[in-house]
Amino acid sequence: MSGVPFVVIDHDRGVVGDDTRQALAFARACFPELPIAAVVIGGEQPEPIAGADSTFHIRHAALDDYAPEAWGDALHELAVAQSPSAIVATGTERGNEVLAHVAAIADQPFAANVIEAAPGDPPGTPWRIRRLRWGGSLLEDARLDATLPILSCALHVFPNVLPNAAPDRDREARPGAAVVEFVPNLGPDAGRTRIVDRVQVAEGITLTTAPVVVSGGRGVGSEEGFAAIEALAELLGAAVGCSRVVTNQGWRPHADQVGQTGKRVAPDLYIACGISGAIQHWVGMQAAKNVLAINTDPDAPMVTKADYAVIGDLHEIVPAIVDEIRRRRG
Amino acid sequence: MSGLRILVCVKRVPAPGAQITLTPDARAVDARNLAFTTSPHEECAVEAALQLVEAHGGDITVLTVGPPEAEEQLRFSVSVGVQHAVLVSNDEMAAGDDPDPQATARTIADTVRTLEAEGDPFDVLLFGNESADSGGFQVGVRVARMLGIPIVNGIKGIDLADGVLTARREGDAGFEVYRMALPAAVGVKEGINLPRYPTLPGRLRSKKAEVRSIASTTEPGGLTMVRFATPTVELSETVLLGAGASAAAAVVDLLGELGLA
Ligand SMILES: Cc1cc2nc3c(=O)[nH]c(=O)nc-3n(C[C@H](O)[C@H](O)[C@H](O)COP(=O)(O)OP(=O)(O)OC[C@H]3O[C@@H](n4cnc5c(N)ncnc54)[C@H](O)[C@@H]3O)c2cc1C
Ligand SMILES: Nc1ncnc2c1ncn2[C@@H]1O[C@H](COP(=O)(O)O)[C@@H](O)[C@H]1O
Repeated sequence: MSGVPFVVIDHDRGVVGDDTRQALAFARACFPELPIAAVVIGGEQPEPIAGADSTFHIRHAALDDYAPEAWGDALHELAVAQSPSAIVATGTERGNEVLAHVAAIADQPFAANVIEAAPGDPPGTPWRIRRLRWGGSLLEDARLDATLPILSCALHVFPNVLPNAAPDRDREARPGAAVVEFVPNLGPDAGRTRIVDRVQVAEGITLTTAPVVVSGGRGVGSEEGFAAIEALAELLGAAVGCSRVVTNQGWRPHADQVGQTGKRVAPDLYIACGISGAIQHWVGMQAAKNVLAINTDPDAPMVTKADYAVIGDLHEIVPAIVDEIRRRRG
Repeated sequence: MSGLRILVCVKRVPAPGAQITLTPDARAVDARNLAFTTSPHEECAVEAALQLVEAHGGDITVLTVGPPEAEEQLRFSVSVGVQHAVLVSNDEMAAGDDPDPQATARTIADTVRTLEAEGDPFDVLLFGNESADSGGFQVGVRVARMLGIPIVNGIKGIDLADGVLTARREGDAGFEVYRMALPAAVGVKEGINLPRYPTLPGRLRSKKAEVRSIASTTEPGGLTMVRFATPTVELSETVLLGAGASAAAAVVDLLGELGLA
């Protein structure tokens, strides 16, 4: 494959997600010398994608809303026509899903959640990549031996900023680098997996955007035990989180779970009450700026890894903090 | 329809605690002191299958591509109510390596064809959204493509009526709804349900259950693991704010310093 690398643009009905820029930065890091082609699958004709050297728009009625199989089929058709040197996307749910489909159709390997990649040198030899396993708790160095290399970059590893133009091109001199339209011949089955409806759910303070998260683990002991944690969260404008033990016990809904198979949070402060700090929990909150652990066990990994700790029974400590805040606020 | 025939694909993975330790050659997780489990998303896939069969009748086959020890995870599935268990070993798995996702998918697709040749076709194939250890986000998609059936990943809700499977996936502000005619495949995410625990009779049944063993040879795929590494974690010195309720004042001082209270 010799053509320009493709970056698949993650968008929802034309609204491009910020995370998609990470794939542009990733492609630029892999191919410092090559122009990069953004690929917008479906929807109305887009504006040229900033940060890419050219933009393909794949247009077809079956692609209007997200449709994983059809998006994969359409992208594969464009790849057959253009022979890209690689296809990359940001490792969002949709990014990984569309790339998996392309890889399956082309029977090519697919490396998900890559954090470093060096294309084969000379071209045609295997790539050397480093990717995340275990939700980020383990790194894997691997060889990617592909005629069409397909890779997603791990979320939030590459910067969310527009990459520089390839050195040999002057971006300003190419006003509105035209959008090239491509119409695929999708088969009759193409539309069989697609969004047929959307159900809106109103949300208050969300776990992933709250500046403070007060989280409880097995140490909370019961569903009722979360009352004090909720009271503290309420005072701080915080969201309530929990560990997997808590959701498995049915004390909190899974939507509150933080970790590898739960949500990723990055608050200013994460207060971990009665959570031991298993690695699968830690990967979900390691991006927190500050961690305060409240735990009976001074040797719990959550305590030794935290920035701040209080040792003791959370059932005494959390209510005392609530009282102290109320007292100072008068 | 005279009941559903469901296949669930599960993977045996170690359950590391506070850190992952590697073997000296860095080609595997040192699992000598670790328990093993089924990937969480797949535990939920098993539960989803049980609920579908409770509502619509039918039976469930659980399948793993793995080492002989993976029988433990298959028997666990039987203990919660799954009827049939199939353990497939391929060459890489036998050598103790985690196989490439292309090879795993080929192995699963071949096995599905074998099982379907002996009996009825499967109506529903369930996978996890991603395996806990490898996190490849692809084996289910590859298998569905090889078998020519539709698949949607990331599913947190399943309903079935009149041969049509409705699947819900979490989006930014709610749920996306997908609808597929059977046969169909789904990649399930934890949170779709709360997996049940085995009952005592279930445990007894699982001890006696037959686990069918199938050997398979497939071409390796193009993603080859070279070695593992553990990420460096930046650790700060922990500041002890005190012990017990009397530490509350120090905590609230801290909240003030951070501009949060
Ligand atoms: C593949 C896989 C994926 C996983 N994904 C996730 C995930 O997404 N999220 C997640 O959280 N886990 C996940 N886990 C589970 C994880 O390994 C741990 O089992 C879990 O995080 C432990 O939860 P915990 O800290 O609440 O419980 P425990 O590990 O039992 O810890 C309880 C802690 O509370 C302390 N404590 C007890 N009583 C009190 C008290 N009165 N006051 C103060 N402290 C007290 C104890 O000292 C201890 O440190 C996953 C596991 C696997 C294998
Ligand atoms: N060795 C395996 N045996 C059975 N099923 C597997 C295996 N590996 C992956 N799967 C299934 O495919 C899904 C996606 O895996 P992966 O592509 O590795 O993220 C998993 O959640 C499982 O349902």
